[in-house]
Amino acid sequence: MAILDQGPPHYKKMLPPIVQENYGKWKYHEIPSPGVLKHVGESGAALYSVRVGTPRLVSIDFIRDVCVIADEYCDGFLRWTTRNNVEFLVSDEAKLKPLLEKLEAEGYSVGGTGRSVSNIVHTQGWVHCHTPATDASGVVKAVMDDLYEYFNTMKLPAKLKMGLACCLNMCGAAHCSDIAIVGVHRTPPRINHEVIRKGTEIPSLVASCPTGAIRPDPKNKSVIVNEDKCMYCGNCYTMSPAMEIYDPKNDGIAILIGGKTSNARTSPSFSRMVIPFLPNTAPRWPETTEAIRKIIELWIANANDGERVGEWVERIGWERFFTLAELPFSDMLIDDYIFSRETFRTSAQFKY
Amino acid sequence: MTEKNTPLLDELEKGKWPSFVTEIKRAAVKSEAAGELLQVLERSYKERRGHWKHGGIVGVRGYGGGVIGRYVDEPQTYPNVAEFHTVRLLQPSGWFYNTKTLRTVCDIWEKYGSGLTNMHGSTGDIILLGCKTEHIQPIFDEFSDAGFDLGGSGSCLRTPNCCVGPGRCEHACYDTLEACYNITNEFMDELHRPMWPYKSKIKFSGCANDCTSSIARSDCSVIGTWRDTLRIDQEAVKEYAAKINIKAAVCDKCPTSCLTFNAETQELSVVGEDCTRCMHCINVMPKAIQPGKEKGATILIGGKSTIVQSAFMSWVIVPFMKMEAEDDFAEFKDLMRRIWEWWDEHGKSRERIGETIYRLGMTKFLNGIEVAPVPQMVFRPRANPYVFWNQDDLDRSGTALDGSKL
Repeated sequence: MAILDQGPPHYKKMLPPIVQENYGKWKYHEIPSPGVLKHVGESGAALYSVRVGTPRLVSIDFIRDVCVIADEYCDGFLRWTTRNNVEFLVSDEAKLKPLLEKLEAEGYSVGGTGRSVSNIVHTQGWVHCHTPATDASGVVKAVMDDLYEYFNTMKLPAKLKMGLACCLNMCGAAHCSDIAIVGVHRTPPRINHEVIRKGTEIPSLVASCPTGAIRPDPKNKSVIVNEDKCMYCGNCYTMSPAMEIYDPKNDGIAILIGGKTSNARTSPSFSRMVIPFLPNTAPRWPETTEAIRKIIELWIANANDGERVGEWVERIGWERFFTLAELPFSDMLIDDYIFSRETFRTSAQFKY
Repeated sequence: MTEKNTPLLDELEKGKWPSFVTEIKRAAVKSEAAGELLQVLERSYKERRGHWKHGGIVGVRGYGGGVIGRYVDEPQTYPNVAEFHTVRLLQPSGWFYNTKTLRTVCDIWEKYGSGLTNMHGSTGDIILLGCKTEHIQPIFDEFSDAGFDLGGSGSCLRTPNCCVGPGRCEHACYDTLEACYNITNEFMDELHRPMWPYKSKIKFSGCANDCTSSIARSDCSVIGTWRDTLRIDQEAVKEYAAKINIKAAVCDKCPTSCLTFNAETQELSVVGEDCTRCMHCINVMPKAIQPGKEKGATILIGGKSTIVQSAFMSWVIVPFMKMEAEDDFAEFKDLMRRIWEWWDEHGKSRERIGETIYRLGMTKFLNGIEVAPVPQMVFRPRANPYVFWNQDDLDRSGTALDGSKL
């Protein structure tokens, strides 16, 4: 019989001795090379962390492989980061170089530190979710292959964080990333009246619609969708299997940019839509990888030292961004949702 | 008979970034379910649509959540993923592991599951991807014996998580690892037995760099800060001055212009009361500038993603709370209990607390949780005069100054 409510394993039992000894007494850190962090304690002790990219979706063989490496070079200690990279924790400096050589020989991706593109925070997609408008793992793989040179170097104007969400629930961090990839639908749900009558809670279904596009149809013991009010968020499908919304020819990807969560210099900000739709061209999503690369290259060419994507765009103005990026601006990019008014330009200050 | 080759997915084994397809193929050597997952996914790539059926309610005895049920939409074609449920396990604070613990996870999962995982889910959990209904209870029993517990799912407190904190960061303003561990354990009932209008998340970040993105990804964001002034090591400043342009890289980018670099004396000075503790100068010159000594955390509320009322960033409700000792955690826990109680009473079904506060107003919320309003809660005061006054505080006798009836 299982023990209930015993909570997570105790972190203290899994901290390497050097962390226990210098806990809360770290003095400074530096980045000796891409993917390698050096933390120095007040005691003078140095801990090297070697950061390695992962596809997040990993087999137990992968976990066992990194355990073998951690046993050999890190006395059996390692950790994962908030962006799903692995960090090998090296307390013996003599083992750092052999570890890096081993990782290179085995084909691991060392990087993701400082002014780099780090791992893309992403979701389940077609691998395990029932509401996606695109895949997660595949798009991430395609984009990271394309941007690999920015993962294992630190040549960007500032750090660049990307998020991918496979539907408009936006699990993860897509709403607050420098560049966000979001799966979108473009056609209304298809109502299966039989399924609704069999067991959907109609008031909850009606309440799930953010634009009030769904109303009860008591005569049919079902609901009616006002298609003019529907913007295809798919929340009704989340509430009821009767509202299927996937549409292979019309589902795809939107690109949002300029979000951040750190408070450094400027307040945290949301990502903003700059491309309303790109097609789901599996397995490589070339339109998406190309669009993202163009935005990143434009940012590299134009940003000031240390400027995140959003800080750069806010400085030059969004109208200037669209000119420079040669991206079409359309009515789809003008907000018409709940908090839209604050996004309109209530000023005569703008660039031609 | 299922088509066994996977030409579209095979494309994703090429390239330098580690491939999830390779990972699924590795798991497929030992697991028929992983092999079939690959087939289902190949079909999704061809047809550009998902093949998982809507919803699925499964679980373990004693809990109301922790397992995400999932069924393939053609069980006859894909019998091994007919049931393909996800188990969420509570992760250790900061995702610190030893190899013994990780091997235990692998061994138990190999016995019952697909051999596939997510390390980790966005909320923080260890994700065990794909098992049959009949194995859920045995999986939980074995993981429980090995010292693990399930994470959260449904309308409950979800699995809290934290940044690496004092484990390996000189910026940490409180012990995020201990806070996360201690507070997760305090609210086990709220985590395992959904009892609220909707989900509720807590994330712990040691400083305003917010490495857990708590401000955007949790209903309650606990962000480390300090109340006194920056500590500056002038000798270390001089060393930086030889390498970087301190005025351009640090002072000119300070959001409150509270830093001055004297090129002659090579000294950096700060107007402490003007600093908003954004971390920029510390980030650029970590050897020379440290957070102050009087440390604690800012508590913010309401962060969430787009559904239903747009994405919200959390906003300040407690500018400074000490988070050093057990007693300080008690103050935080007490605040959380008041917050959840108010939300439980007023929140509509599937309404995140940020949306409940937006609908009913900060005044009602602050009164409900007995927190006094302070200017740190807003960027700027309201621009309209539509104020709700408490009518009990006013003279409602219905008479004018001369006593005549209004």
